[in-house]
Amino acid sequence: MTKKVIEVDEVVVKFAGDSGDGMQLTGTQFSDSAAFAGNDLSTFPDYPSEIRAPQGTIAGVSGFQVHIGHKEVQTPGDLADVLVAMNPAALKANLKWTRPNATLIIDIDNFDNKHYKKAGFVEDPLGDGSLECYNVVKAPITNLTRAKIKNFGLDNKLIDKTKNQFVAGILYWLFNRDLKIGEDFLAEKFKKKPELVKANIAVLHAGYNYAETIEAMTTTFQVHPAKRGKGLFRNITGNIATAWGLLAASEKSGRPLYLASYPITPASEILQELAKMKHLGAITFQAEDEIAGITSAIGASFAGSLGVTSTSGPGLALKSEAIGLAVTVELPLVIINVQRGGPSTGLPTKTEQTDLLQALYGRNGESPCIVIAAPTPASCFDFAYEAARLSIEHMTPVILLTDGYLANGSELWRIPDTKKLPPIKPQLTEDNDPTYFPYKRDPVKLARYWAFPGQKGLRHRVGGLEKEDVTGEVSHDPFNHEIMVMIRNEKVDRVANHIPLQTVIGEEKGDLLVVGWGGTYGALYTAVKDMQKEGKKIGMAQFNYINPLPKNTSEILSRYKKIVVCELNMGQFAMYLRSKFPQFPYLQYNKVQGLPFMISELKRKFNLILEGKENDF
Amino acid sequence: MTFNTKDTDISNQDFKLDVQVKWCPGCGAHAVLSAVQKALPETGIEKEKVVFVSGIGCSSRFPYYINAYGFHSLHGRGPAIASGIKIANPRLSVWLITGDGDSMAIGGNHFIHILRRNINVNILLFNNKIYGLTKGQYSPTTPKGSITKTSPDGTIENPFMPGELAMGAQGTFYARVVDTNPKMMREVFMKAAKHKGTSLVEILQNCVIFNNQVHSEITGKDVREENQIYLEHGKPMIFGKNRDKGLIQVGQKFIVAKIGENGVRKEDILVHDSHNPDDTRHYMLSRMTLPDYPVAMGVIRDKKSTVYENMLYKQIAKARHENTIKNVNQLLRSGNTFHID
Repeated sequence: MTKKVIEVDEVVVKFAGDSGDGMQLTGTQFSDSAAFAGNDLSTFPDYPSEIRAPQGTIAGVSGFQVHIGHKEVQTPGDLADVLVAMNPAALKANLKWTRPNATLIIDIDNFDNKHYKKAGFVEDPLGDGSLECYNVVKAPITNLTRAKIKNFGLDNKLIDKTKNQFVAGILYWLFNRDLKIGEDFLAEKFKKKPELVKANIAVLHAGYNYAETIEAMTTTFQVHPAKRGKGLFRNITGNIATAWGLLAASEKSGRPLYLASYPITPASEILQELAKMKHLGAITFQAEDEIAGITSAIGASFAGSLGVTSTSGPGLALKSEAIGLAVTVELPLVIINVQRGGPSTGLPTKTEQTDLLQALYGRNGESPCIVIAAPTPASCFDFAYEAARLSIEHMTPVILLTDGYLANGSELWRIPDTKKLPPIKPQLTEDNDPTYFPYKRDPVKLARYWAFPGQKGLRHRVGGLEKEDVTGEVSHDPFNHEIMVMIRNEKVDRVANHIPLQTVIGEEKGDLLVVGWGGTYGALYTAVKDMQKEGKKIGMAQFNYINPLPKNTSEILSRYKKIVVCELNMGQFAMYLRSKFPQFPYLQYNKVQGLPFMISELKRKFNLILEGKENDF
Repeated sequence: MTFNTKDTDISNQDFKLDVQVKWCPGCGAHAVLSAVQKALPETGIEKEKVVFVSGIGCSSRFPYYINAYGFHSLHGRGPAIASGIKIANPRLSVWLITGDGDSMAIGGNHFIHILRRNINVNILLFNNKIYGLTKGQYSPTTPKGSITKTSPDGTIENPFMPGELAMGAQGTFYARVVDTNPKMMREVFMKAAKHKGTSLVEILQNCVIFNNQVHSEITGKDVREENQIYLEHGKPMIFGKNRDKGLIQVGQKFIVAKIGENGVRKEDILVHDSHNPDDTRHYMLSRMTLPDYPVAMGVIRDKKSTVYENMLYKQIAKARHENTIKNVNQLLRSGNTFHID
């Protein structure tokens, strides 16, 4: 059969199956192969909060979306061009996120009445015409896999676990990828179980040969390497990047890393990753609860470590009182909040930006915190580093907001040289310094000086009771209290002198400024860039420094006729901007579905605004 | 842990601070503070390695009254703060000051977990069986039926015994002292400091305002010798004004026996073994209450176990030795990377 090759700029592939079908692994394998071939890429896993929900049901569907490109890729993509559905439930759950004319690869062995019933299909989807606008490849994946390795000495359960490699084989053929990369991936993945390497590779080849032989797919795709700069790259998720950023900050500052956390979705990987980093001196403490996590981190900071705690929304709520303690004892502390859908337990595995006001204001008393937010998975490295830098140099807690989308999503990352990262200089105290007082401050930043237990001649006491300015003695004096409140506030405000100015993407001035913050960067960027190419006078400001805001914020906001603040919440950043800069009118675009923005929906809204139809949505 | 350099020239004066101590006159906490200040120089710990951590409550003001590094933290969270300090720097001598409300109610979770982990922190638990700082509500150790501000008809809750809780949490050191006996406090505090792992010292403390004489049945001058038994490892468990009573075991129970009566000889009296890995007797001793038994004082349990931070630093040393990745730059370049040119 002659194979027709179509060159495409970008492709979105969605892998979907039961939680136990290995779709996350196949997705990762496919993205690694794309990275090897030089494509730009972005990935996003989409998994249920149950570990193994009943097989074959919608609730049990686990997905992994990969967007690869010759062009710049900033999001995992709106709609899939290729959907792999291992069972009817996977098809049902994902069809609405699949482009018309997309290629559907289904495991026909699971498309029977029993599975239709479990998935909630009333009619046979293969027979009722509902799939007419797709190119459906009905592959007997389960049976061919079993036949291929029935003599490999594996039990049935293990045999069925290799089905995902049949899928991978089809995809390798479809995208003209080198099978060798897939084999290497498997050899590394199962390096302690050679029998599994052998079986998986055999199935991978079986899938590839099947795709080549059948007539169902007449065209294959070629995605040429992206035009990224030269260098050494890796594919990295937000949570791993966060963990590594903390390690880099610890190394640079010379302060040992102490991370104390309680496991919580979707933040647990940060704790897990750093637990593997003892060789770099990282200490992890799996605390008995969220409160012990943060308070033991505060204790470690008092003793001279870089204290860090990682959590998600409900955990941040539990930590509130202790964040206030860190504000008042003025010690470094990094709090990482990987936001998820709320309130309460909410949507643990889904993404949202609904903790902004909690981060800014969710404490008793006047309790200002530095709040920053990472824009992309790989940039979590830089922002974790930055959170540590600001916290150490300004002696105050920093809340870093990431989210489930950044945490689990991945992108290609140009590996930095840690020698070139900005310095982090703790404001330490020499032993026996006669001028030391616990609340004596650096006059520029207003940060107090750090002195550790064990140092000679510096014995002092800190605590949650209000302290006298300079001396640090307990004080209930009303005027002293007001002074201390103002100093703590001013200290955080002055951080604005130590952060970059806000930048604008797209038009420097014009008809519409799109404002976002944190993890929505990729979608907003792509939408704005597309519209700018179409000639629209549109610009974008993605805020990563939230408290304090960059010093040029007001000036940027003044340059556009209209401003729309886009958030995955009900308008928390818009409310914040209104309180800071009430002179500007703000339009809002909000989505609270536990899902990231789609580029298409953003563009539709922005076009309506530009046409003066902002009331239409 | 070891204290490398012994500071021999220090006295209790080195731990005194020129501040006004704001506990009520007659509060038992004054005596504890003084006993701690006297015990510390005798432990040989360098004064600048001593850290006092506390939660919230009357007793938790303690760090403000002693010349040491101090951290007055959040209600109930002292064990977690102290854990962070000790893990971050195991060379420090970390003391946690807490009360019955702080450790048994709001901080109950952290309290059991520090004991379970056996982090080398010394806990002084001031048990006055009442909430003092909030002015007289019942606490988790208040005897059932007590009339307090929040139990006008008598409490209907079963009280905790700190010793029971500590043993249930696998605590490796548990001792009990009374605030009226400075010598006993000093001796026991020193033993707590020497123990490797979490040491819990329960101090039966009087609250002169809201629960006055709460422990007087135990501590009163005229009754204390009959109603307390001071335990020392390796010595027979004998008590009484005439040193003529002791503990013997009959079946599953201790019995108070009089030496010379019913054929009981001095040699029949049980010898206290605080190091015994079998916890049964420690548990029984900690539960002894009046009027059937004297209340056990001194070190009831002091047994060996692994210490959290020692094991942690061993793992770190091993990982540093074995892993070929020595810095973050190497880490970033490890595993799957792609050269694009």
